[in-house]
Order: sequence, then C-alpha cells, then structure tokens
Amino acid sequence: MAINESCCCSAEEEAAVQAAINDFEPIRTNLIPILHRIQDELGQIPGWAMEAVADKLDIPLADVWGTASFYTMFDLKGRAKHIIRLCESPPCHITGAKKVLEALKDELGIEPGEVTEDGLFGLELVSCFGVCGVAPAMIVDHQVYGNLTPEMVPDVIAKYREG
Amino acid sequence: MPFYRAHVLVCCGNTCAVRGGRALLQLLAKEVEQKGLAHEIRVVETGCLGISEHGPAMVVYPEGVVYAGVKASDVPDIVEEHLLKGRIVERLVYRGQQAAPLEPAAKLTYFGKQQKIILQNCGVIDPRSIEEYIAVGGYEGLGKALTQMTPMQVVEEVKNSGLRGRGGAAFPAGLKWEGVADAPGLNKVVICNADEGEPGNFKDRLILEGDPHLVLEAMVIAGYAVGANKGYVYIRGEYRQSVDNFEHAIAEARKIGLLGTNIFDSGFDFDVFVYKGAGAYVCGEETALIESLEGQRGEPRLKPPFPTAHGLWGLPTLVNNVETLANVPHIISQGAYWFSGIGTERSKGTKIFSPCGDVLTPGVIEVPFGISVREVLYDIAGGPKGADIKAVLIGGPSGVVIGQESFDRKFAFEDLSPGAGAMIVIDETKCMVDIAANCLKFFADESCGQCVPCREGCKRMLDVLEGWTRGLGDSGELEMIKRLGRGMQLASRCGLGQFAPVALLSSMELFEEEFRAHVVDHVCPAGVCDMHETAVEIEEQLTWPK
Repeated sequence: MAINESCCCSAEEEAAVQAAINDFEPIRTNLIPILHRIQDELGQIPGWAMEAVADKLDIPLADVWGTASFYTMFDLKGRAKHIIRLCESPPCHITGAKKVLEALKDELGIEPGEVTEDGLFGLELVSCFGVCGVAPAMIVDHQVYGNLTPEMVPDVIAKYREG
Repeated sequence: MPFYRAHVLVCCGNTCAVRGGRALLQLLAKEVEQKGLAHEIRVVETGCLGISEHGPAMVVYPEGVVYAGVKASDVPDIVEEHLLKGRIVERLVYRGQQAAPLEPAAKLTYFGKQQKIILQNCGVIDPRSIEEYIAVGGYEGLGKALTQMTPMQVVEEVKNSGLRGRGGAAFPAGLKWEGVADAPGLNKVVICNADEGEPGNFKDRLILEGDPHLVLEAMVIAGYAVGANKGYVYIRGEYRQSVDNFEHAIAEARKIGLLGTNIFDSGFDFDVFVYKGAGAYVCGEETALIESLEGQRGEPRLKPPFPTAHGLWGLPTLVNNVETLANVPHIISQGAYWFSGIGTERSKGTKIFSPCGDVLTPGVIEVPFGISVREVLYDIAGGPKGADIKAVLIGGPSGVVIGQESFDRKFAFEDLSPGAGAMIVIDETKCMVDIAANCLKFFADESCGQCVPCREGCKRMLDVLEGWTRGLGDSGELEMIKRLGRGMQLASRCGLGQFAPVALLSSMELFEEEFRAHVVDHVCPAGVCDMHETAVEIEEQLTWPK
C-alpha cells in the first residue's frame, strides 16, 4: 500500500486538517485523536494530511503512517464514497452473513476489498462490532443495519444510490 | 422537579435504535404532547433492556409493563389505551418466549432468573441525566469512600468482596488495586478498558450506553483507592453511542463537582478523559491498549513489568474492564459482606452474559455465578431458534467449545469459566470445522504481527483449516494442528496468540468424528462445506514435494 500522493486538496480540506491539528496539544498521545478528526472530516487520511500531522507533532512521517495503517478505522486510500462493512465474525457467520455477502456481491458487482466503478461503494469484511444480538449485521458509513437477509440488501443499497 | 404519574422508557440502545427505537421515541413524545399529557407523563430515552432481538422495546412505569416489537402504528394505541385510560395493550406485551400471564417485568421468566445488580439501572433511568442516577442511589458509594473510608480501607473492601476481573482473565481485582496502591510513585493512572472486541460480546456497550455514571463513579473510587488523579476510558471507536453517553456523563459530573478538584470536600482530585480506539482487537490486551493510548501501534508489551508497576508513560497503572468496575460502587455502598453472599464459594457476585447465534432470544442478561449453562440457554435465552443446540462457544472465539454433555455445568471460575461472557450458540445444522475456520480467520486478521508464533501460527492454521473445509485434508494434519496449537499457546507473546487455538482444540476433542470426516473422508456431515475439490484435484494439488 502506498501513501495517497494526490495533493489536489481543496483549501477547505486543508483548513479542516489544520483545524483538527491545532485543536489538540501537539504531543504523541494525541496522534490517534487527530487522525480520528481528519478521518471524520475528510472520510479518509490522505498523505498530505499525514505530512502535516508529522510536522506538527515533530515525528517522522513513517511513524504517522505506521500508526495510522495499524488501525482499521483509518482509510488511507480514500476510495469509495460509502464503505459497506459486513461483519464476518462467528455470531454473524452462524446466522447467515455468507448469504448476505453473496447478495452484496451480486448487487454491487464487486468482491470484498474492491470499489465499484463509479466510486460510490466499497465493500469490506470486518470483525465483530458488537451488535451480535441482531446478527448478521453491517455498517454503512456509520449506520448499523441488523437482522439482515439477502432480500434486504437491494433496498439498503438503493437508499445510498439515491443519495 | 415536576411530578409525573407515569414514565415511559424507550430503549434507544444500539440494537433497538437499529430497529427504529429513536423514531418511536420522538413519535411517542409528540403523541403525548398532543393528548395534553406532557405534564403528567414523561417519555425518556434509555439504554438497552437486553431483549434487543424483540426491539424496539419500552417499559411503562409504575406498572413495569414491557412492550416489545412496537411499531409506529402502535403508538396511538399505547398513548390512548394505556397512558390515558390505564388499560394495558395486551397484544404488545413482552412475555418472554412463551405466553405467560401478564406480569410486571420483574416477574417474567426472562427477567426472573436474572439478578440485576450492574444492569439494574439500564433501561430504568435516563443515561443522560446525572440527577436520575443520583436519585436511584448513584454516587453514594463514592461519597462513602471519600468521606468515611481511607484509601486502604477501600482496597481492603474490594479485596474482601472477592471480586474478580470480568474481561476474561478473572484476576482478583483487589490484588490488582493493592499492587497499584503499593507501587512507588506520585503519579498514577486508572484506565477503564472498554475496547470490547471479542466477537459475541456486547455487554460493556450496554453498560456504557445505559448507565455511564456507574462506570464513572467506579473510576473515581478506584482513583481514590490507588492514589491516582487521572483516569482514561478507552472505548472502541465503533461504539459511537457509548462514547457520546460517556462524554456527556463526564461533562455532567464535572459541572456539579463530582469530577475535578476537591471532590466531596475530601481534598481528592480526579478527572476522566475518553480515548477512542480506532479498530484493533488486540488493543483489548492491556499493554497494547496502553501503547495505543500513548499514540503508538497497538502492539502488546512483554510482561513483566506489569502495568501495575510500569504502565501508561511508565506510571503505575490500574487497568480494569467495564463490568469489573461497574461492580465497585455497589460493593462500596452495600459492603463486601453483602457482595460476597452472591454467587458461589469462589466466584462472587453476578456475571453478564450475551447469548447470541442460534438462540431464540439473543441479548444481554445478568445472573449470579453458579447458574448452569442449561438454565441460561433454555430458561432465560429461550432455547434453540430452530434445530437442537449442538454446541456453545463460551466467551467468544478465544474461549472453549462445549457440547450438550456439559450443559449442566455451572458458570463459576472453579467450574466452567465464563470468559468475557459471550455465548455463541451453534445448532445441529452448522459445521464445527467451518466455524473453527471462521474463528481462525478472525485471529489471523487481528494478530498484530509482532511475534512469530501468533502471526505465522494463526495463518498456517487458517490455511490448513480452509483446506479441510474444501476437502483437501490429510490425516497427518490432525496431529500437526494440535502440535502447532500447543506451540502457539506456549510461545505467543500475549493472550491473542495464546488463546487463538483454544476453540479449535476443544472442538476437535468434542467433535472428533466430524473433523475426521472432513480430513480423512472429505465429507462434511452437516452439508455446510463445499467439498467439490475431489480426490483427483487433490492429487493434482499435492504434486509438490511433501
């Protein structure tokens, strides 16, 4: 995985990143909170933002990248508008996550780890996020969907297609 | 405070919210307002009642009637019939899995076999109101500790209660507290481990969403006992509602001086900060959590030194699980003697379980130690959803697999250890090899990659197991996997690698026939695995030197 080099950031994005950085005391322990803020603001953590963070905290860029890439909630590639995260841990696996996955693959025409051609959806398989009472479950962006059946998939996807 | 003749508590916990709890809350509030009842009936948002599968749920007090599966169209009925005319809407009443006579919540079987101590406020009070928490006796424990007890007495009380860690390792909490209290150093830290990531567990989320002040109060008591002035709650990033409710609780407590300087005029200062995890299961391991809190990759440290002596920034650090801490205010306010009267001889208090998978009523329940697996599965969780129950994965993928013959065993540290409390129920239609492979997939994904036994071991095990589920097994591999598993248990740096093979090894022992069928005969008895890669293809794939 390479750092997203594109620096076609808008002035707004740059301001958002600067604001995120300046909101915290520039110490190492605040690295993850800063990254969280950038992820929330931009929906991803681009390379130029990591450089800005490294500068401010006075640590190597490699260190920022090494930490950011360790955690699954940080998206360093920023590929899709909506990320669909389907849980594949045992409680969801037992209650039929595989069938839901098939339905998602059919509906989107992609495999897990890929992005649709229009850049609208990314599909990921993730570990448990603690809503096992309504397994199988998935998260689209921050919205949780539970008690999923393959039949429900097209409706959910349609909601996001319409925007 | 105005006086209300009835309270309606609508569950807006994560799972009920998924099923439309929040919309229902707004609708209900509007309807109550329209009927001119706003001054006599209070509609409250609350945490989960533990019957998430049947959500959205609500309770109407003073009767204590539980309504479940409520739809928007039911709201006018509830307001008109129940709140206005006092007639209970029978068709919506939650009766557990079978029709029972209409009774208040406390008497239903589902709730009846439970003993709610930690969860007593969940679904009863508004988690975003410190006044309600105080009204039900909240912060009494803290007041007692700070004004009537020395720090040493608090540690003694926790020791005498027999409380043990609820995160899975079951270390005696009092000893840990004593370790930190006795460690040299002026600055010490209390950390609440709310990085609940073990699949099948969602109890900590429920506590944080439904009763955040309970955990906050416990942290202040812990800080006083061990001599710390700072506390951190490390909440996993996916638990947005927990983060939100806890931050709200902190702000409320700061406002009225229950956090900050000179709490209860005792001269004791303490403050708490929320730290959001970013998606790494391994951070539930205490030293990995500490690394993460320091802004690093969440890679576990070598132990010793233990965090009690050398933790966050090298300071003596107390790390306790959410549920462990949630016991503390009750222990302090009601005494160690009271607490040690609950449970069994060597396992004191209650334990929260989260049955899920192939079970009729998944959810979160609280029972005293000493209860049998069968009671939890059949009397409380309603038994199987469809086919008979074949096995239960206790504690999650890092726990053990038990079969029917163990269902009369009792949950207690001296009998069947409950782990963190997950009970993943597996019925007859499922394949144990497939599930074991699924568990290993989880560990292979979540291994931090720092030490070889775990990084390579999980991956190799997964490769072999996936082969078994595709009909590519070789009889020699049965023994090889057991050897590999023992190696991982002995040599991995942290619990992740040490416990990764446990479910597989216990499953292989219990369901030997099923594993042999896959590996030797290339047949899946449950018909789950796709064994299409026939013997000829296997031969082709095995042309490389063995």
